[in-house]
Amino acid sequence: MIVVRRPRDEEELAALVREAGGQGAPLTIEGGGTRKGLGRPVNAGIAVSTGAMSGITLYEPAEMVIGARAGTPLAVIEAALAEKGQMLGFEPPDFRRLYGTDGTPTIGTVAAGNLSGSRRLWGGACRDSLIGVRFVNGTGEIVKSGGRVMKNVTGLDLVKLQSGAWGTLGVLTEVIFKVVPRPEMTETLVIEGLSEARAIEAMSAAVGSPFEITGAAHLPGLDGTPPRTMLRIEGFAFSVNYRTGALAGLLRPFGALGRLDAPEAEALWHDVSDGALLAEPRDRAIWRLSVKPGEAAAAVAAIRATRQATAFYDWAGGLVWLATPETGDAGAAVIRQAARQASGYATLLRASDGLRAEVPVFEPEAAPIAALNRRIKASFDPEGLLNPGKMHAGL
Amino acid sequence: MGAIAFPTPQAEILARRESLLAGLAALLPPECLITSEDERRAYETDAFTAYRRVPMAVALPRNTAEVSAVLAYCHEQGVPVVPRGAGTSLAGGAIPQEDAVVIGVSKMNRILEIDYANRFARVEAGVTNLAITNTVSAEGFFYAPDPSSQLACTIGGNIGMNSGGAHCLKYGVTTNNILGVTLVLVDGTVVEIGGPAMDAPGYDLLGLVCGSEGQLGIITEATVRILRMAEGARPVLFGFPTSEQAGEAVAAIIAAGIVPVAMEFMDKPAIEICEAFAKAGYPMDVEALLIIEVEGSDSEMDATLARIVAIARAHGVKTVRESKSAMETAAIWKGRKSAFGATGRIADYICMDGTIPTGQLPYVLRRIDEIVKHYGLRVANVFHAGDGNLHPLILYNVNDPGEAEKAEEAGNDILKLCVEVGGCLTGEHGVGIEKRDLMHHQFNRVDLQQQLRVRAAFDAQWILNPAKVFPLDGRAA
Repeated sequence: MIVVRRPRDEEELAALVREAGGQGAPLTIEGGGTRKGLGRPVNAGIAVSTGAMSGITLYEPAEMVIGARAGTPLAVIEAALAEKGQMLGFEPPDFRRLYGTDGTPTIGTVAAGNLSGSRRLWGGACRDSLIGVRFVNGTGEIVKSGGRVMKNVTGLDLVKLQSGAWGTLGVLTEVIFKVVPRPEMTETLVIEGLSEARAIEAMSAAVGSPFEITGAAHLPGLDGTPPRTMLRIEGFAFSVNYRTGALAGLLRPFGALGRLDAPEAEALWHDVSDGALLAEPRDRAIWRLSVKPGEAAAAVAAIRATRQATAFYDWAGGLVWLATPETGDAGAAVIRQAARQASGYATLLRASDGLRAEVPVFEPEAAPIAALNRRIKASFDPEGLLNPGKMHAGL
Repeated sequence: MGAIAFPTPQAEILARRESLLAGLAALLPPECLITSEDERRAYETDAFTAYRRVPMAVALPRNTAEVSAVLAYCHEQGVPVVPRGAGTSLAGGAIPQEDAVVIGVSKMNRILEIDYANRFARVEAGVTNLAITNTVSAEGFFYAPDPSSQLACTIGGNIGMNSGGAHCLKYGVTTNNILGVTLVLVDGTVVEIGGPAMDAPGYDLLGLVCGSEGQLGIITEATVRILRMAEGARPVLFGFPTSEQAGEAVAAIIAAGIVPVAMEFMDKPAIEICEAFAKAGYPMDVEALLIIEVEGSDSEMDATLARIVAIARAHGVKTVRESKSAMETAAIWKGRKSAFGATGRIADYICMDGTIPTGQLPYVLRRIDEIVKHYGLRVANVFHAGDGNLHPLILYNVNDPGEAEKAEEAGNDILKLCVEVGGCLTGEHGVGIEKRDLMHHQFNRVDLQQQLRVRAAFDAQWILNPAKVFPLDGRAA
């Protein structure tokens, strides 16, 4: 039986953490609960929800910066930004369809997971947009790092460290992001029928052009549809019109470029960013591979040589989404070997609780990095109270 | 000058100098170890020249293995180590101490791999910032961060300080453009963090190392992101009757959804100094000058600039000069880029580096003026207007013993002001020794102790660049 505690502010949260420390009671940390299947299962009797710490604390459109309490729904942030013609630059994914969860994604969990969607290719990752945090560490202290200005090199950058630490180094209470203008126009161009290797060459040519491609994905004929290579260009209309023409010329050797209707394109980019294309059937394990883009197709081919796998590509090949039956180790050994071969690594994004307890969810750490990470963990959370074991045993 | 304290050199280490030099000599060939006083003196300071300390020895290893051997030895011997790139730090980040070994990366200057299809370059830490761009520019690529010292500064130093530049409004700073590093830990262990993939697994050690000012390890190699250059770039010069109007125009441009690649601001004293030196044709009848640069094809630049000019006109701009040729572009940038050099010709100066929320600009400029006047000095302001990164240049006369100290005090007051209005002590130069004792103005005790504990996870004995970043007192974690 898990008790859910919902502190109303960071003082209450800090007291709660100190109390848990006194009892030696580990805590699992959650925002909207939409990514409950992500990470190794945490064995804790108390769940801390940030949901009651909500609200935008700062929004200066002219400074391109927004701050909010961790439990603020992502939708609230996005609506406030849209009203002023702005958006988050990294297209945060929404994993509700992938995990079959409901609830509301919160801005704190977006920051803690450092998860980025298709626009990461041009706009950088979540951690690149995150410029300030406040958090409660494992001894119940309230700590701040970074701030509200986008150029800041004062002291150690604990902001980056928190982004992607999944709450193991502190419970985020407030986050500050830099934001970007919402494009006046978006155009998605499509080439049909390319092989995976050829598609990656096409995407590489596009991304290596001066046309600022904000999305480059390849869907190799999922559900029997013809393979589609999608390229997104955004900006002012005069710019998008010019660039789509220039890009079509550049990519002529790869075939004719069609264009997707705006509503279809928007839905499809969501499906890509959210991994929703692989959501069904639900009994398959889902992997995300971050690799050298040019070697992505070879990595997938190597995996397919040993087991059934369905895959698609984002970030011009730099990100591979892959679904495979949850048999044996769900392909962990062969998938990680293939990812390493392609200068990258793999994360087991979705699998049953049992499998996630057995197979490392996050890429196993090299020995000296593992030792360093444990010392870092101890510097924030010496008792190991916060999401213990979520990333790695002992972390 | 002299208000910034250095730790007393450890007599116990100085007493072992001969044996330590012999130990280092066993690890490095003679041309990689500097021990004579004359040659060591070349390493006594960096670009923060008011402070100097001659190091005990200078090691210039040729590769990661030699860095590892030297670091392991110093760690075992308990000898402080000061990492050094090109020594261009404006904050004293590379200033040694008498009981320290400087480890310089200048001999590690090879470009190891360039991969255009995957858009990265792998280089040794001593490669200069500009050398990366120069190497890839024939293929139409560039490395984005462009600190003013880019001709001399190294990528290792850039990562240590998380360097910025004039174009980071669009392209980000160093931490946004690095994919991986080879890092030698204090005990000589070599770790690989990240690589050619777009992100790395686990805790973001790359993000932590970026801007850590040589306190967590020594970077020997880096994998950096290279980008395709825009088709063209064109600056426009705007002269405004007041700083307020210039600031409002910047806000309106951003509100219109335009993010120019650079927006540089100069106030009247800066305009006068730069014009006298560079003869760039800057208007002399305005209080504030903006250089705004956009990128794209000719037609895209025409259209973007038309929007920007319209906004500037709506905010009372007095002079608009659009570059029509490469020569005009060079002239427009020449004045701004020579701001520090031109200032150096007429006076001694210290260059500050705080960042403020841009909405506070008019208030902060007014207060800076008051602060500097209070000390009986003059100031010229140049800064990156899009991101609020200020560079007030405080002018003084080094031969007047009182003035140097006054300039330092005025600088400190300005940085405190930056923090007070919601900004920070340093936007791109780093803390070094210069701002070390101001850290408690930005961070409370708990914040600082958390940083110190993280630092201790890498270097529990304070071997690496020990007198930097954190106030000398209150260091026990």
